[in-house]
Amino acid sequence: MSDRQPPSALATAIANNRRSERATRAWLLAPALTIILAISILPLGITIVYSFLTPGTYGGVTWEFSTDSYVQFLFQRDIFDDTLVFNSAYVSIFLRSIGLALGATIGALILGFPTAYFIASKPREQRNIWLFLITLPFWTNLLIRTYAMLLIIRDEGIINIMLMKAGIISSPLTILYTDTAVFIGLIYSFLPFMVLPIYASLEKLDFSLVEAGYDLYANRLKVLFHVIVPLAKPGIVAGCILVFIPALGAYITPELLGGGKKLMIGNMIAMQFGASRNWPFGSAAALILMALVIVVLLVNALAARRGASNNG
Amino acid sequence: MTGTEIAKERKAAVSVRALSKTFGQGDYAVTALDSVELDILENEFFTLLGPSGCGKTTLLRLIAGFELPTEGSISLQGEGITDKPPHRRPVNTVFQSYALFPHMTVAENIGFGLRMLGKPTAEIKQTTERMLALVQLEAMAGRRTDQLSGGQQQRVALARALAPAPKVLLLDEPLAALDLKLRKNMQLELKSLQAETGITFVFVTHDQEEALTMSDRIAVMKSGKILQIGTPRDIYDRPTHRFVADFIGDINILEGTVERTDGYLATVRLRDGSMVSAHLGTASARSGNVSVAIRPENVRLAGAGETPTLTGVVENIVYFGAATNLHLRLGTGEEIVIRNPGAVDEGKYQPGATIGAIMQPDLIRVLE
Ligand SMILES: Nc1ncnc2c1ncn2[C@@H]1O[C@H](COP(=O)(O)OP(=O)(O)OP(=O)(O)O)[C@@H](O)[C@H]1O
Ligand SMILES: [Mg+2]
Repeated sequence: MSDRQPPSALATAIANNRRSERATRAWLLAPALTIILAISILPLGITIVYSFLTPGTYGGVTWEFSTDSYVQFLFQRDIFDDTLVFNSAYVSIFLRSIGLALGATIGALILGFPTAYFIASKPREQRNIWLFLITLPFWTNLLIRTYAMLLIIRDEGIINIMLMKAGIISSPLTILYTDTAVFIGLIYSFLPFMVLPIYASLEKLDFSLVEAGYDLYANRLKVLFHVIVPLAKPGIVAGCILVFIPALGAYITPELLGGGKKLMIGNMIAMQFGASRNWPFGSAAALILMALVIVVLLVNALAARRGASNNG
Repeated sequence: MTGTEIAKERKAAVSVRALSKTFGQGDYAVTALDSVELDILENEFFTLLGPSGCGKTTLLRLIAGFELPTEGSISLQGEGITDKPPHRRPVNTVFQSYALFPHMTVAENIGFGLRMLGKPTAEIKQTTERMLALVQLEAMAGRRTDQLSGGQQQRVALARALAPAPKVLLLDEPLAALDLKLRKNMQLELKSLQAETGITFVFVTHDQEEALTMSDRIAVMKSGKILQIGTPRDIYDRPTHRFVADFIGDINILEGTVERTDGYLATVRLRDGSMVSAHLGTASARSGNVSVAIRPENVRLAGAGETPTLTGVVENIVYFGAATNLHLRLGTGEEIVIRNPGAVDEGKYQPGATIGAIMQPDLIRVLE
């Protein structure tokens, strides 16, 4: 038979081979797929499902479909006549969080850009030391670092003691448990996320372009804004996203430094799963936060594509 | 006319006085420039020529303002600019790597200097268009610079540096990255651009042929010092230093002793005993042992009945179309090359044959 129909035998062999190849590939992919399924898709699925259920009396959920969680985000149900009244409480927490996260991003950019530039302008063999110093705080738990920050900025903290000793102020500045404290804490926590990507793009910068800028009558400031910043833009954008997103969902910093009085989204969500015992609403809020982040990323992706096609 | 005579007639665009530059300190100190004196004239195509590491780029960067001198001063049309930052010097640079801004179009690159000078938009547009036409890149105005060929990028770099109409244009080996054919074209283009714009060009190269074909004057540098400044003919025909003679073109160098001098002429006894008279030029050695030099094309084969200046054994005959080089080993062990226009009689001139050579007396020079 193989003599009479060699092509088909060959084809069968090839097909078998392909099939076994495909099977091998599936097995090789399995661990990765399992991990993706287990750590990202499954929890997300659970969150989505929970957000459409009814809260149980002692936490958890009861399996009864409801869109109340999403409604609750914007409206309050009047207890007497059951009408919906606009409720700005949660929206304002979101806006506050966005404001704080944006502020922290801008603050981190203002501090991080010169830092990255400083490191990139050092001789190659010194740069690693500076980068090590920048990442050093990461070796400690964020909770510990935030407590340390608390000790520094509290009324009897180092800053106030020094300012008072120096005679600049007579009574301590109240920083702790204010928005300023949260703001400082957020910048402190996420600054390396700003420095590292900006450094990465500045390090690649061809210094002769800077010289060309000076040569063509640009002073320091003009060289900065017309040459260095545009060329470091990918790093700046990456840094801003890397700071903005975790700052938006921050939990520990506002909890400790904001004194838990002034909520950010993260605290509000945590509270729904804790004291408020409203898991569906917590899930809904988490999903709304995620939607917000996705919007930020999409806008960035679109802007990047438009920039590329403009140039191309 | 010699270089110094020209210098007296025209005004200096760039004057460099006692300029020194040392990088690093202590044991690691490198003297890149050592007491350089230089006058570059208005509307001149001036070339800095020298081997790698001799300080050409350093001198250019000092004129541009990217480096500050350790000692000495630089002035531009009589005005001291030694301490001015680059953006306050009316001098532009064409970088060897071109250094075009990758985030701007060709037109934006060219207009950059004028924009930084705060010129009105209409003027920037007009000048940019004129520059694009000058370098024949009108069709590329909206392109990004990484979509251009090497030669096109080179022209954008030129246009960008010329657009603000600098007093002096500095070019650091601008043709080094181009292939031979494009390079030859760009040499001509550069030369005519210089004539058209009337801007003083200071051009750096380590290619002696490029220097000879393009320059009004050449400064030959070695280890941070300028050895000789002069027109291409000065440098080629009347080299003052052994290094200059060796670096530019082919040359025969023979050792001898000065017998007597008479004005600018010296009578030199070569090692094989023959006497030649040689130009002293600016050479300081007026007695004792000296080196004399003569170009291979200024040495000819002795005809029948002529008294040869030198005799030697033919070691090698190299024919290359327009000329033939005969390598002659003298009795003293020294070697000279005779460049004979066209081919030679193969029956008469063969390796191993003993022949006579005549050096044209007025083209022998005593070297420093
Ligand atoms: N920034 C610097 N730091 C230390 N040494 C330097 C620096 N720049 C130049 N040098 C040294 O100064 C000397 C002259 O360098 P320069 O770049 O001027 O040479 P060049 O003539 O332009 O050579 P090339 O033809 O290779 O470009 C070299 O020995 C070089 O190593
Ligand atoms: Mg150089």
